Amino acid sequence: MRVLILAKEGQQSDAATPPTPEAMAAYQKFNEELIKSGVVVGAGRLTPSAQGKRVRFDGKKRTVIDGPWAETKELVAGYWLWQVRSLDEALEWLKRAPYDGGTFEIREVSQYEGA
Amino acid sequence: MIAGLTRLVGDIGTAEELAQDALVAAVEQWPASGVPERPGAWLMSTAKHRATDLIRRRRTLERKYEELGRDVERGQAGEDPDTAIDEEFGDDLLGLMFMACHPVLSKDARVALTLRVLGGLTTEEIARGFLVPVSSIAQRIVRAKRTLTEAHVRFEVPSGSERAARLASVLEVIYLIFNEGYAATAGEDWVRPALCEEALRLGRILAELVPTEPEVHGLVALMEIHASRLRARVGPSGEPVLLLDQDRARWDRLLIGRGLASLERAERLGGALGSYALQAAIAACHARARTAAETDWQRIVALYDAVAELAPSPVVELNRAVAVGMAFGPAAGLDLVDALVGEPSLKAYHLLPAVRGDLLRKLGRFEEARAEFERAASLTENLVERELLQRRATECAAERMAG
Repeated sequence: MRVLILAKEGQQSDAATPPTPEAMAAYQKFNEELIKSGVVVGAGRLTPSAQGKRVRFDGKKRTVIDGPWAETKELVAGYWLWQVRSLDEALEWLKRAPYDGGTFEIREVSQYEGA
Repeated sequence: MIAGLTRLVGDIGTAEELAQDALVAAVEQWPASGVPERPGAWLMSTAKHRATDLIRRRRTLERKYEELGRDVERGQAGEDPDTAIDEEFGDDLLGLMFMACHPVLSKDARVALTLRVLGGLTTEEIARGFLVPVSSIAQRIVRAKRTLTEAHVRFEVPSGSERAARLASVLEVIYLIFNEGYAATAGEDWVRPALCEEALRLGRILAELVPTEPEVHGLVALMEIHASRLRARVGPSGEPVLLLDQDRARWDRLLIGRGLASLERAERLGGALGSYALQAAIAACHARARTAAETDWQRIVALYDAVAELAPSPVVELNRAVAVGMAFGPAAGLDLVDALVGEPSLKAYHLLPAVRGDLLRKLGRFEEARAEFERAASLTENLVERELLQRRATECAAERMAG
């Protein structure tokens, strides 16, 4: 199955200070392990919400809302697409990720029936 | 885990027993000690969610740290312990791939052993994948292990001239697994995606282990691009949908992108004319075309020419004939197919009459086309494919009446 991991890193995702080199190295190492294991099929990190736009739909009306947005806990900072055998396998992997804050969401991609 | 254990103990049988011991240990220890924290590189890919590998990794890590600790005391260490472990595991996994795909084993045995020890599939899962009794797979694996032991096959990553041939065998096994999932040769399902996923994963892992081998990337490219169509290959009631009839919006763009990138990697490494890379290049022609009508058939013909030069075979000729039929008209294609009709190796190959039927139909020769589709239907073991071919035959009969 394919799962989408949404990284909701809370305050950190919008923070002006970049992660420490140690944290970056730990993340890179973890990501390399995922790639070597054939788990990662896609990944990306998002720029701060200050550079983002939202479009709200209301009937025929479209309203564009500039970032940054207030609800920092729900802001997505990055994503992974993983190919795994089960949700349990995804959980095993995710629990090993070198993060010390934030919430990470695992969602199965349902449109996806093939390899 | 089994890879590491096999390297340690020398044979797969003992390694599997040790693996089971570790599982028991995990069940006993985890509630008290918690899941070990250290992530490990590839091990998860083989044993996956099976908890055993965590215990084994922790033990190896402890052992490794002890060794490195001694080295440090002697003032010889300079290496990151994690890197050392990753490399060791990588070599283990590669060695195991080569062992499970050793030419001394039959193809069936290689496939079963690879899925068992590298994919981490259970005997039941493998049996389900290949629609054979569990006992057959179990026997196949037991016999394969015995053969490896009796032939004194060493656990190693081959080098020199042997390496190319052995790597080819590994690639072949992975591709066999993929194809069994992609175009099931028997049974009620047209595709079995789980096998494709296993094969793709093994391929991706292998590509990371031997990144300088162009054909590995060629194979991965081929599998990624083919897998991108899995969703579109099956209609609402499980019926097969052939390439040119597929809804291209249902193709998986992510996999296509990955496939094209792998193909580029193979070509950059000088492997454009490798067998898998050529097939991937053909698949890429389809992947790049937004509609079936936009397909660059002339390029596909040229690529089949290259395939035929590299590894001539009647099946390749048949595929080439299809491409020629599309590029230069059905009559040109039919000439080539007719030349293959007497070919002994294609005698029971259902796609020969299927292709011939298709070309005859395009030429308006409906009665001959109908007979060919009937023949094709009688030759395939796959039930849904048989239905598709029978439907074609019926359509031809109707077209004949109408014409």
